[in-house]
Amino acid sequence: MRYSAFQIVRQALRGHQGWPRAWGEATAKPRYDAIVIGAGGHGLATAYYLGRNHGVRNVAILEKGWLGGGNTGRNTTIIRSNYLQDPSAAIYEKSRSLYETLSQELNYNIMFSPRGVMMLAQTEHEVRGYRRTAHANALQEVQTEFITPERVKELCPIIETRGPRYPVLGALWQARGGTARHDAVAWGYARGCAEMGMDVIQQCEVTGIRSANGKVKGVTTTKGEIDCDKLAIVVAGHSGVLAEMAGFRLPIESLALQALVSEPIKPCMDVVVMANTVHGYMSQSDKGEMVIGGGADGYNNYTQRGSFHHIEETVRALIETFPMISRLKMLRMWGGIVDMTGDRSPIISKTPMENVFINCGWGTGGFKAIPGSGWATAEMVAKGAPGALAAEFGLDRFREGRFIDESVAAGVAH
Amino acid sequence: MSARRIDGGRLIDRTKPLRFTFNGRKMEGFQGDTLASALLANGQMLVGRSFKYHRPRGIVTAGPEEPNALVNLGKDKRFEPNARATTTELFDGLEARSQNHWPSLERDIGVLNDRFARFLPAGFYYKTFIHPRPFWKHVFEPFIRQSAGLGQAPRHRDGDTYEHVNVTVDVLVSGGGISGLAAALAAGKAGARVLLVEQSAHWGGRLDDAPDIDGQPAETWVAETVAALTNLENVTVKLRTTHSGVYDHGYCLAVERLTDHDPLGPGPRQRLWKVRAGRIVAATGAIERPLSFAGNDLPGVMLAAAVRDYLTGYGVAPGRRTVVVTNNDDGYRTAFALKDQGLEVPLILDARSDPGPVAEAARELGLKVAPGKGLAGVSGKGRVEKAAVAAIDGSGAVLDELACDCIAMAGGWSPAVHLWSHAGGKLHWDETDAMFVPDPDKPPLGADGKAMVRCVGAAAGELGAAEALETGWAAGLWAATETGHKPKRGAGPKAEPDEETPIAPVWVMPRGADPEKRAKMWLDYQNDVKVSDVELAQREGYESVEHTKRYTTLGMATDQGKLSNINGLAVLADARGEPIPAVGTTTFRPPYTPLTMGAIAGEARGDLFQPIRRTPMHEHHERMGAHWEPVGHWRRPYAFPRSGESVEEAVNREIVNTRQNVGLLDASTLGKILVKGPDAARFLDMLYTGMMSSLKPGRCRYGLMCSENGFLIDDGVVARIDEDTFLCHTTTGGADRIHAHMEEWLQTEWWDWQVHTLNITEAWAQIGVVGPKARDLLEALGGMDLSEEALPFMSWADGEIGGFKARIYRISFSGELSYEIAVDAGHGAALWEACLDAGESLGVMPYGTEALHVMRAEKGFIMIGDETDGTVIPQDLGLSWAISKKKDDYLGKRAQDRLFMTDPNRWKLVGLETLDGSVLPEGAYAVDDSKNANGQRETQGRVTSTYYSPSLKRGIAMGLVRHGPDRMGEVLTFPGVDGTETKARIVEPVFLKEAGA
Repeated sequence: MRYSAFQIVRQALRGHQGWPRAWGEATAKPRYDAIVIGAGGHGLATAYYLGRNHGVRNVAILEKGWLGGGNTGRNTTIIRSNYLQDPSAAIYEKSRSLYETLSQELNYNIMFSPRGVMMLAQTEHEVRGYRRTAHANALQEVQTEFITPERVKELCPIIETRGPRYPVLGALWQARGGTARHDAVAWGYARGCAEMGMDVIQQCEVTGIRSANGKVKGVTTTKGEIDCDKLAIVVAGHSGVLAEMAGFRLPIESLALQALVSEPIKPCMDVVVMANTVHGYMSQSDKGEMVIGGGADGYNNYTQRGSFHHIEETVRALIETFPMISRLKMLRMWGGIVDMTGDRSPIISKTPMENVFINCGWGTGGFKAIPGSGWATAEMVAKGAPGALAAEFGLDRFREGRFIDESVAAGVAH
Repeated sequence: MSARRIDGGRLIDRTKPLRFTFNGRKMEGFQGDTLASALLANGQMLVGRSFKYHRPRGIVTAGPEEPNALVNLGKDKRFEPNARATTTELFDGLEARSQNHWPSLERDIGVLNDRFARFLPAGFYYKTFIHPRPFWKHVFEPFIRQSAGLGQAPRHRDGDTYEHVNVTVDVLVSGGGISGLAAALAAGKAGARVLLVEQSAHWGGRLDDAPDIDGQPAETWVAETVAALTNLENVTVKLRTTHSGVYDHGYCLAVERLTDHDPLGPGPRQRLWKVRAGRIVAATGAIERPLSFAGNDLPGVMLAAAVRDYLTGYGVAPGRRTVVVTNNDDGYRTAFALKDQGLEVPLILDARSDPGPVAEAARELGLKVAPGKGLAGVSGKGRVEKAAVAAIDGSGAVLDELACDCIAMAGGWSPAVHLWSHAGGKLHWDETDAMFVPDPDKPPLGADGKAMVRCVGAAAGELGAAEALETGWAAGLWAATETGHKPKRGAGPKAEPDEETPIAPVWVMPRGADPEKRAKMWLDYQNDVKVSDVELAQREGYESVEHTKRYTTLGMATDQGKLSNINGLAVLADARGEPIPAVGTTTFRPPYTPLTMGAIAGEARGDLFQPIRRTPMHEHHERMGAHWEPVGHWRRPYAFPRSGESVEEAVNREIVNTRQNVGLLDASTLGKILVKGPDAARFLDMLYTGMMSSLKPGRCRYGLMCSENGFLIDDGVVARIDEDTFLCHTTTGGADRIHAHMEEWLQTEWWDWQVHTLNITEAWAQIGVVGPKARDLLEALGGMDLSEEALPFMSWADGEIGGFKARIYRISFSGELSYEIAVDAGHGAALWEACLDAGESLGVMPYGTEALHVMRAEKGFIMIGDETDGTVIPQDLGLSWAISKKKDDYLGKRAQDRLFMTDPNRWKLVGLETLDGSVLPEGAYAVDDSKNANGQRETQGRVTSTYYSPSLKRGIAMGLVRHGPDRMGEVLTFPGVDGTETKARIVEPVFLKEAGA
């Protein structure tokens, strides 16, 4: 069913009893052309573009829990593409541009709000760094500019630009960066996949990967064995566990990354602000909550909780940057498990097992990458080898030392 | 005073009237009132508007679970949005304003949303506002944002202060009701260090419901127990302190509200307790559930226990004629309390067909009970006026209609299991009592792998007083024993057990209500989530409890589902045709109640937020008018502009003077790490790319440090002090990081090496005396022999200069003759002044970091953070000479042999000179003509540092360029961000050839 204002009126007159399921209740078939493990944003987008761009529609997406329940539903919803290194800028900008029209593409309002993202420069060193990024972005066809403290204040009046500790010296501004409704991205893709006839199977945990002669044959799940020609592992935090089932190891560490929201207040902040020197970033959701994120925990774990001292550091930093939040109250804090690579860039790669592909390592910045990542991963799965967008993100780079290091430009989780 | 104030009121002091305003209207209350009780006493039933439909809302609860009565409190520097009226203690002069309406609370334009509510069901915004595309950002979203949100945004800096306190205790008891008091007493008497916290301003919890304890009135027992606890040295008790969260290993947070009830009182506003607890006893009580009937959100519909609290605690009657609707015995307590005050209770509706003895007791009091009945709905204009009675199992055919002004609803209780769940404790569904209770077999585990939390009393589902005392006492003994104490034998406090008829769960009233009725049954009052919304979510496939929550926003309001999440789960379970436990709960996350950001930050604000590190000469620089630059946590002078001089002019003057005469640099911030031990030399050989073990005592050597991945991370001069002692200089920003890097390797890989490291950066003040007249200046100061023979380049010596005991290094970062004089930090300022005096006739001037940077660039010296960015290896920078060929290994060696690191196409260090003499833009890239497969312009190099050189009177730059060293003389094009282009020629990176260190 196509969603529209007209449809809402029509259904309202029938007491809303006629709305169909957004995605069907699927039971697994014995065999699929391709299986995607993980019904988070990246997994669903991979499946969606497999069908849409490559005509591969006999696809199942297997999810251990509930779809969109991992980092897709736990992040701070920031979308930007002002990355320094060419391969990163290419895939994040692809992603950002897909977000621009994703609501229309999916006929599902994912509420992409290009309200603008600024990254504050609060030391001379940061000024130099962002000037460099601005130069790089100009050559990468990414629209950014380095703006003055006066412009920062104009765009975001609640910022203290003359703080005693770290005065704002300028900012890297991406006017078409912004936010989107994170859950809706997963739901919209899931609905899109279902409409193409794909099976989104929840509560279905993969417990083994079966192969013959180094080539994948299928998976073993809590709902039985399922065969497939191709397998894509797209599971973020638990990628290492799945890789082990396929007999290889990944150069990633899993850490808890935390975020928090305040109670909702009336609109007071129309842009997204990231302050890397003090390690914190903030935006205001459409509900009115101030959405705040900071750094990742310093030790590996799978708890989805995280420790309080990180919250303390983040809130301190943000009160210095936005003094008006001091009397707001933290409503909720939570954590997600992020899979970090050594160079803080993702892995989109073939694996040692034939016809098994992996997409992981998005670390703290995966949400913004969902459409582009799905696009690139689908291309790789369909063609058997990565295309231009994914080419630099192979596993080989760690052996060769061909890092795509973004820590230069982004010292903070985001 | 108002007509709603009646006799009684255990918590208020009628001799102390207080004045306050609500929406500018003057009102009065008493000491001990909450804002909610005072508003009710003044007949203010309408207190706010709901989030989505802007429906009129009244007070529902008497506690922190309140969804409706949220106000803008105070003004200016003490303004707080979303303050709960139910937990805000009244004080004289309090100013409150209701939220989320325009132009006024009574006439709110947003109520239009309510008219169209049928077109705005759960998730409607996912299905519309899609076209035309730009409308989302420019039309729809601004509208939604404006109508959403609750309180006003504060406009001012917070006028209050906050503080943190750290404590370690054996037992943290959360909740000062009778169960918590019993637990604290048991643990305290056993000698355990106990912290007992209670969120409200009163001990005893739901005291009015409690029977006699140990033969005396509960109130007396509570007073005596609190006195006994206060007398125990090992016990601390705190009122107005909310246990906010439980984290791993018994780490807990509690927030104490010190002046919220007395804003003019001294001291900080709130104190955050960081508690490390051996064991935690959660005596956090239970929260009453509403009932879902049509119109249950009208002002005047309240929780039955809240009605009772306002009566007995505050002497306030929320209604004159109250219909009680219940599915358990507890609702009757409210009916009895109302009757006791002479207020009308026309009918008690009991969903149970056989309510048992309690109904008999009610009838004996002359109250009318209707078993097996419930509400078909309530109605009224802006508040409750009429209740319609229906059979509980029917579809809602109205049997009778009653005029009334208040509905007391008793839907059963949900244990407050939050603290149990925060750190991983699991729950199970208690079928008899229809509640989630802690599963004792799956507790949250502490550092010792054993249970660290135990719930007691109502928090464990034990609603009776006798059981509350028994479980509390037992948990106190458990917690004390577990933390190494030996409780003496002795009986705990006792009360008579109370027999109750079991609850009959009613999730939708009446059970067969049609869809139209279900669309008027509110679950989440604040977010406007109705029974029909949850059912719609389930129909559309959003049937995991987390999907339902996120799709409908159920439980995402400021009460985080405390009030009605269980009702919502039950409705979802019913829609799915599954039992409630199969649906499960959403995750309980800290904080239990919202926590003020200021309290989280504590004292660390303003000057105390990342305190600035100052060198011993800081004040002197300040007096000289230094232009400061933050470097790490330090402030360093960027330059010393004189009056009438710009910063740039100052930099140029400082450079010229240093090159011609002599300059002084405050080098105290450079990291100084002492590395000592029999294995120190071996350790440094692994840490640096160069050979440090062959360094002779008395000599210095420049060293490079790489990460395990081969990338250059720091550089600096290493001085060998004696056979097993080295002093490693690091960059200013790198000191802490490099010290941690050293420790990480020592602690995780080379833990058996005998090496100690110590960061002694702040122990020394260090002054660079730089320039052709440097030696003259030092000789003028007088002291040790600093001749070329006595102190050759790259050596150091201890001695005395100008009367100061000093260590002098002959090292240079400017290409000039240069000495760095290190003295005890306390002598730094005096030495600085002595140098200025001694050098006056030589033309000495201090110089700042920018002059330092330009001078090093003129000589082609790299700067960590400019030429390096975490992707650059020493080989890229022409620093192969600093890499020992004789060593088997050093950190990064293996990585530097990898394919991409030895790729001849890597960008390498060169100098860059613009053709027109201008300064190249910072961060600019040199481009190729082609584009890559992703449509990006290909690059072949970039600027790493760029300056105006006053010595050469032109722009100079360093950069990394593909095959750079082989392309001397070639011209590259650097596009700017503004469409301009700058052309620059590749040159050797050493711009200033002459002069000598």
